[in-house]
Amino acid sequence: MSNENFEPKIVGFMCNWCSYRAADLAGSARIKYPPNVRIIRVMCSGRMDPSFVAKSLSLGADGVMLAGCHPGECHYIDQNYKAMRRYHMLKHMLEALGVEDERVRLFWRSAAEGEQLAEAITEFVGDIKKLGPLKWTDNWEEGDERLEALEAIVKEHEEAMEVNS
Amino acid sequence: MSEGKAKGKLAIYWAASCGGCEIALLGIDDKILAVDENFDIVLWPCAADGKVKDVEKMADGEIDVCLFNGGIRTSEQEYMAQLLRKKSKVLVAFGSCASEGCIPGLGNMDSKESCFKTVYHDSPSIDNPEGVVPQTETEMPEGTLHLPVYYDTLKTLNQTVKVDYFLPGCPPEADRIWDAIVAILEAKLPEPGAVIGTDTTVCDDCPRTREEKKIKKFYRTWEIQPNMDECLLEQGLLCAGIATRAGCGALCPQVNSPCIGCYGANNGVEDYGMQLSSAVASVIDSDDPEEIDAIIKDGIPDPVGSFYRFSLAQSFLRRKNKA
Repeated sequence: MSNENFEPKIVGFMCNWCSYRAADLAGSARIKYPPNVRIIRVMCSGRMDPSFVAKSLSLGADGVMLAGCHPGECHYIDQNYKAMRRYHMLKHMLEALGVEDERVRLFWRSAAEGEQLAEAITEFVGDIKKLGPLKWTDNWEEGDERLEALEAIVKEHEEAMEVNS
Repeated sequence: MSEGKAKGKLAIYWAASCGGCEIALLGIDDKILAVDENFDIVLWPCAADGKVKDVEKMADGEIDVCLFNGGIRTSEQEYMAQLLRKKSKVLVAFGSCASEGCIPGLGNMDSKESCFKTVYHDSPSIDNPEGVVPQTETEMPEGTLHLPVYYDTLKTLNQTVKVDYFLPGCPPEADRIWDAIVAILEAKLPEPGAVIGTDTTVCDDCPRTREEKKIKKFYRTWEIQPNMDECLLEQGLLCAGIATRAGCGALCPQVNSPCIGCYGANNGVEDYGMQLSSAVASVIDSDDPEEIDAIIKDGIPDPVGSFYRFSLAQSFLRRKNKA
């Protein structure tokens, strides 16, 4: 599936107080990292609802990156521990649904760690490139057989109606 | 209720479902006579006469209300959903299957081939030495016989056609069905697209005492005998009441059995399984990643069956990855 020209679409949810500021720092320090991550700022990693991840993947994201303050350093005391617990539950669920382990990952990056955030993004984008596209909506396409069958039913019923009327 | 008034037209149809919704509808007891007073039942394959070809000859929108139960798994069911949508003024997704896929939707964890293998080969009660499976076309001396195409992925009614109202539950409780029928008769329906029901959760109806939730270990229902007073989730049983719409009267927790979530998501929730699993995960009593992982994997071996038992088809991801 993987190819050299594949540019993955990645959604990144980053907390306002640490990881988003790390991204700002990386920007102002002119640290280079791949442009594949669309960063969405949330107030806290505890705000990262697992359904955001499921929605992103179902709408065409090839990977989802979550990032928040280091454990013990949350702006809201301990909400990043909730994020950690939800992340483990989410991974357990996604594994059962056949989503590769590498596609969703949680990072802890403080506001001072611009370089480390850029490294994480580079590493993550590289891993997703190796995996190739996800194309989740292909999962529920039924193919030509469905349309042919529906057309056949309509035709059959039309004929029957003509005979009966 | 309507002396001398012209009767409306009512259709009741089933697709990928178990038939429990039909029984639930008859659970309104003698009030079914009031339904008959007000409506001509033009189609109800389970309980009344009425032919598809007669529905096909109707004008668009001629049926006043169609109660549609079951998900969409075959081409015939999809055709009927399209037909009844066209012919009905109000289309109600009746019950969990039509609303969110329900148990038939769990088939989305497998492929069509795998479902056929289980049903026509592997089940202990099957005797099928020639390995016969249904074919969409079979040639006979009299001509070609057709069977509908079985889809790989079950879709909900709302993923197939536009639905006006949803009546949740597996099956919907008789009292809630009657409330919905009264709302239809009195023209007191909510905004189209809404769920006909409450916007509270099962916990609101549950008499158990709730304190702070901290879970060190999840138990399967056969592993412990919970007490009758405390919240079942606090006792370590995976109770879905926290995320499930009220409507049943908290029947299961009152007989010491955890809620399994048959009334589906409450208003504003787009993905029931993600919401429930998120809420349950956040009260795990540990800050250590390895311990958290062990608590989850030991206690919840089947996350999809536990959190998406009724709503996999309606979730964002809808099914297991085929790639």
